[in-house]
Amino acid sequence: MARKPPSFSDVKTNVQDNVIWKSIFRPGSIYRKGYRDTSRDRALAAMNNVLYHLHPVKVKRHGLKLTYTYCLGGLSFFLFILLTITGIFLMFFYTPAAGAGTEIAYANMRDISASVTFGNLVRNLHRWGAHAMVFTVFLHMARVFYHGAYKPPREFNWVVGVILLLLTLLLSFTGYLLPWDQLALWAVTVGTNMMGYTPVFGEQVQFVLLGGVSIGPNTLLRWYVLHVLFIPFVTVIFLAVHFWRIRKDGGISGPL
Amino acid sequence: MAEEVSIDQEVYDRLIAAGTSERIARAKAKAATVRKSKIAEGASLGPRPADQAGKALEEYRSSQGGGGTAVATKTGGDDTGNGGGRLTPDERAARVAASLGTQPSSIGVPAASEHTHRLLALVPPAGIQQVQSKQMDKVYTWPHLLLVEFVALLAMGSLLLIASFFLDAPLGSLANPNQVPAINKAPWYFMGLQELLRYFHPMVAGVTMPGVGVVMLMAVPYIDKNPSARPENRKVANLAFTFFMTFWTILVIIGSFLRGAGYEWVWPWTQGLGFTL
Repeated sequence: MARKPPSFSDVKTNVQDNVIWKSIFRPGSIYRKGYRDTSRDRALAAMNNVLYHLHPVKVKRHGLKLTYTYCLGGLSFFLFILLTITGIFLMFFYTPAAGAGTEIAYANMRDISASVTFGNLVRNLHRWGAHAMVFTVFLHMARVFYHGAYKPPREFNWVVGVILLLLTLLLSFTGYLLPWDQLALWAVTVGTNMMGYTPVFGEQVQFVLLGGVSIGPNTLLRWYVLHVLFIPFVTVIFLAVHFWRIRKDGGISGPL
Repeated sequence: MAEEVSIDQEVYDRLIAAGTSERIARAKAKAATVRKSKIAEGASLGPRPADQAGKALEEYRSSQGGGGTAVATKTGGDDTGNGGGRLTPDERAARVAASLGTQPSSIGVPAASEHTHRLLALVPPAGIQQVQSKQMDKVYTWPHLLLVEFVALLAMGSLLLIASFFLDAPLGSLANPNQVPAINKAPWYFMGLQELLRYFHPMVAGVTMPGVGVVMLMAVPYIDKNPSARPENRKVANLAFTFFMTFWTILVIIGSFLRGAGYEWVWPWTQGLGFTL
């Protein structure tokens, strides 16, 4: 006698109703057995998930309207995550080394474009994603201004936001040098020449950032470390403060 | 995924008849169904009655070998008439003293001590900051907000994926410090600054103006003391910010699209776009 294959719901029940599954998903998770569309479980779904719990359990209704936030802050964060993931992928195939006869960085760029599986797609995603992030961060700032969302008690979070804007620009600008092509070298030359005009310690600033008097192999290594480690690290700290302050200052601003 | 909870029709009808809004009535009727099913499963709901709680406390005390008599906390409502069931500091201190018994506790400050501010339980109600937040129209983050965010994420993700599939990121020839390219531009978000360099001394265009700009931007909340967030009440602020943003946008557009070889003015339809993203 042939045994009847288990139905989908049987399999689902067996998978969900065991010690391991229950230990992974906290009570109220929509993946846990017995989730019901009630106020209690809706609250637990947000509360008992490490990522969703960035949000409060309840949010002001007017903030849901797409035309209030346009999701710009959320999209900026999403792009930051996407850039981290694609950036880590690119790091596997890139060495920040340049110099006469050993143009490794540039050779790596050509390999990523030509022979690494999905290399070109991931590099494109990283490049376009970076431009998109600068853009969404600018738009997010404009949105916040026009809603007067920096007014008390949110003054300091606006300042944190301006710092995050500067960090975004620095992240993008340090990444601009890494392909080590003519475009990168001269765009960065234009940018860093301005730094030399900083009063009092301009030359010193330029020397430290370039690792010499002009852009060379030292600059590449320095900016690589800044781009993949130092600035993302600082950014994550400010992001944490930014998100935390949104909730401490009473959630999203408004209604107008 | 979600098991839809049926509505307790009786409760729902009663609430609707009482003039409750449809949304709240539905939620309460759902809650009633869940409560019923829980009672049917034999679970006890809600706080225990005061006498039961008192008895439980007594048992706990005797099992711990401590003294003192149990005093069940009053649940408000039917109370002394001072401030809607709130205890006076003296009454509260008396209760705490009774529940702690005559023996001094091994940790903290004794209940009878003068240093009452050390014990949160003895802080008079007037000393506790009362948060008077207004109830707002709120909805659950899951599913309402998270759904919107998920759709936005998918839209942005697919847009980028499609763009990355069809458009390749630029890669010029190998960097050569001895050969200045004819068209020499910063990334687009710095083109405003590069354009300013055409008109001002580098000290002004490259350091002073961006420096002052950033400080001004950070100082915005401390300068704008207008408490209103409504657009009609803050025309000056909105106008100033729009002017600021438009100014930079125009500079960026000029620098990006209207400057060619040697950073001279060109029209894009005569010599093409001297612009790389």
